[in-house]
Formats: sequence, structure tokens, C-alpha cells
Amino acid sequence: MPDTAIAEPATKASTAAGTILEVRNLESWYGESHILHGINFDVNAGEVVTLLGRNGAGKTTTLKSIMGMIGKRTGSVRFNSQEIIRASSDRIARMGIAFCPEERGIFASLDVKENLLLPPIVRAGGLSLDQIFELFPNLKERLSSQGTKLSGGEQQMLAIARILRTGASFLMLDEPTEGLAPVIIQQIGRTIARLKKEGFTILLVEQNFRFAATVADRYYVVEHGKIIDGFSNAELSANMDKLHTYLGV
Amino acid sequence: MQALYAQLLVGLINGSFYALLSLGLAVIFGMLNIINFAHGALYMMGAFVAYFLLNLAGINYWLALLIAPIVVGIFGMILERTMLQWLTGLDHLYGLLLTFGIALVVQGVFQNYFGSSGMPYAIPDELKGGMNLGFMFLPVYRGWVVIFSLVVCLATWFLIEKTRLGAYLRAATENPTLVRAFGINVPRMITLTYGLGVGLAALAGVLSAPINQVRPLMGADLIIVVFAVVVIGGMGSIMGSIITGFALGVIEGLTKYFYPEASNTVVFVLMVLVLLVKPTGLTGRAA
Repeated sequence: MPDTAIAEPATKASTAAGTILEVRNLESWYGESHILHGINFDVNAGEVVTLLGRNGAGKTTTLKSIMGMIGKRTGSVRFNSQEIIRASSDRIARMGIAFCPEERGIFASLDVKENLLLPPIVRAGGLSLDQIFELFPNLKERLSSQGTKLSGGEQQMLAIARILRTGASFLMLDEPTEGLAPVIIQQIGRTIARLKKEGFTILLVEQNFRFAATVADRYYVVEHGKIIDGFSNAELSANMDKLHTYLGV
Repeated sequence: MQALYAQLLVGLINGSFYALLSLGLAVIFGMLNIINFAHGALYMMGAFVAYFLLNLAGINYWLALLIAPIVVGIFGMILERTMLQWLTGLDHLYGLLLTFGIALVVQGVFQNYFGSSGMPYAIPDELKGGMNLGFMFLPVYRGWVVIFSLVVCLATWFLIEKTRLGAYLRAATENPTLVRAFGINVPRMITLTYGLGVGLAALAGVLSAPINQVRPLMGADLIIVVFAVVVIGGMGSIMGSIITGFALGVIEGLTKYFYPEASNTVVFVLMVLVLLVKPTGLTGRAA
């Protein structure tokens, strides 16, 4: 892909006011494998931004690198104007970034309530348990069940619910709809829309761009560890053909 | 019949030490994935700290029960920070070899200065004497060891299974990277957990001092049996370690009564049988 395509999304976003996350030239390695080759993008406060791309493109690694979960990473990640590229993941979490992993990360040795209460509150403003149960009524009925005994949809709700308690205002959701029934996907979509309305900023990783289209403000396309394109939701239909090519659908 | 009860009591006391030591090993294995061969040496250090406190500073047994686990626990945390933490992600064998080496060094140093013979540690005045229960004579100190060990074991179980801190520990055992990404300082928690496990060993050492005397190799003699207890109970299982510790102590005591020749080997025979039937131990998880 031409360099202009890589530089454009970041340039476009950097002009916007209220940038909460700035990622510049982010590179990451798993052992000897070089996964990210210079990721550039921004997320503005109150936005839902989606990273799209094929399997293995580097979307999840981008989230994990921002979260400090990858041992070797270089470049710059600024959150609320503070450089966090060298910060440990626990410090990054305490700064107000919450991560919901693709595999959901429900702990088998903990019941639903313990899973829900596990992440410590990092700042005021998180959802109360009552508000969480209003969003996800199923969880209230399953509080004493073992976390991994829940259905896939319930586990996904639990994975999202537990980070809403923490007071983090910037959420990173990794493929929250993967493997879920359409009715659950709709519920997740409604939840994300509501969180956006309540002022959360969300960085979403999705392969299902039909779902992403219902919630996202902007999109970046990741390929071979780089951002190769970016556009807003209003530009989605004009970019549909290109998107099909990028995603191979 | 009195002899049977006496052996049962001996079994319960040994079981108390097995339970406390295997509980510490289980906590450490669960969190650090390290088979801590230095546990016996740290148990011995607990007894020595109590001995030094009494003979050099005049600090009595009751305060030693508090101070020795803290002192040895801090020593353990230094070991974890300076040596064991570098083993993260490596095969179990490296941890086993390193801790075995630490045990040899620690025991060697104590043996160099204090020889191999035991040094007496007096039973505190409050726990001297005994009670005639009608069917047997119960030395008060031995009764105290059993009850106190049981209370400590159950308190540790409660801490790990029923509290928020315990939930952090259990979650970090499963997926430390994710727990850290939730804002919990996992490396610090690992260090404190090692300190806790080591502190339990030191506590057992203090409890043991008035019964078994204070000797540099007191831990080396015990640790092999304790490892068998841990293998039978299941590596990493908290309740499994407690129950198996007490149960094997009693089984050993009963064997001493019914067939004394087998009393030193019965635990190992049971270990072989359990491994044949259930390789992860009675309540354990796969390593």
C-alpha cells in the first residue's frame, strides 16, 4: 500500500479536537516475530472507533500493545497527552483504559460475582452493580454460577460488564460479537450505543463490519501490522467496495 | 488402647506440620508455578529465628510466632525478587533446581555454624503439662499445635477462597497477564504470595521447635514426606493440601501402631497408588 494511505488517517484525526488516544509508529514483537510495523491512528473523546482487518492483520496486537500486554513495543502511545508506551499494564489500567479480550478472559476458579468484582475501581464514575444489572439482567440471576459455566453470550456480557464498574472511560473491546447469536449481537450493539451516549470512548476491534457499522463513528483498516486506510461512518457506503477487498469478503 | 490414641495424637501433630508446610507449597505452586524445594530450609529458619529471639533478645515464644514468619517471609520475598522471578515461563525443573540449591546453601550455612545436633527450645510455661482425658494423656503443647495449625490452615483457606484478595490470587493463577491489565500489580502480588507461603513454613518451624528441637537439617528430614503429601493432595490445591496433610499424619500414626515397620514408607506407598490412579493428585489440577 502507498505511504500516503498510511499517513492519512492519523493526519485527519490529529486535527480533531479532544483527542484522547494518539498512536504513532507503534511497533510490536512476539518474541522474534515482528507483528506491528508502525501503526498510526487517533481516537477522540466520546467516539467509537473500529479497527477492521482480516485475521492475523494485527488488530488484537494493537489493542494489547496499547494496554502494555506485549513485552517488546516501540513508538509512541499517548493517552490523555501522557506517554504510556513504557508503562506497565497495571499502571495503564489505573490511568483509565479498560480492556475486554477476544477470548473474554472469564476466570474458571471464580464465580460470576467474583469475576464481576475482580477489576479494581480505578476512578469514580463507573457503573454501579444496579446499572450493570439493568444493562445485562441475565448476570443478576447467575451471580453464584461458575464464570465459565455461562453461555457464550453471557460470558461476553460479563466480560464487558466487569470493566464498566472500574470507572475507566476508555474501553477497548476485542471482537465482542465473535461466535455469538444474532440476538446477543444486537444486545451488545445496543449496549455499545448506550455506553457511547453516556460518554464512554470505545476502541473496537471487529471483523464483522456490518455490526461495526451500527455503532462506529470511524474506521481504520489494519493489514500486515499497519493502518492502510481510514474513513468515517458517513463515508462507509462510498468505501464499501474497497472494504470488501481489504477484508476479502 | 492408650498406645493407639498416643500414636493417633503423634499422627495429628505430624499432620499439622505436613498441612502447614504443604499448604505453603500449594500456595506458592499455585501462584508462581514453582516447586519450592527450599521450603524445608525456610521451615528450619523459622525455628532458628525463634531460638535466636529467645536466647539473644529474650523474646518469648508467643512473639516468636508472629516475628519469625515475618522475618523469614521477608527473606523469602528477597529470594523471590532477586532469583525466582527470573524463572517465569521456564520449565518447572529450573525452579526445582534453583530452590534445591538454595536449600543446600541455607542448610549448609546453618550446619557450619551450629553443627548437626539439636538445640533445645523450651515449651512456654502456659503450655506445659498435660490433661488426662480418661482414655489418654494429652500434653497441652501438642494439643495446642494441632488446634493452632488447624486454625491457621482454615484461615489461609478462607483468605484464598473467600476474600477479594484471594480472588485476585486465583485469577492471577489462571491468567496473570489479564489480571495485570485490570490494574492489579501482579508482580508485587507474586512476591507477597511467596512471602505468605514461606511465612507459613516458618510458623510451622516455630511450632515444631519445642517438640523436635532446633536443628539445621530438621527441614530436610521433613520436606520429602511433605512433597509426597502435596503430590497425593494435588499440586496447587489449598483444601487438598490441608486435608491430605492431616489425613496422612493420622494414617502414618495408625501404621506406627498396627505395623510399625511400614510407618516410614506408608506415605510413599500411598503416593504411588494415587499417582497410578489419579496422576494430578486427589484434588489437584494439571500442572
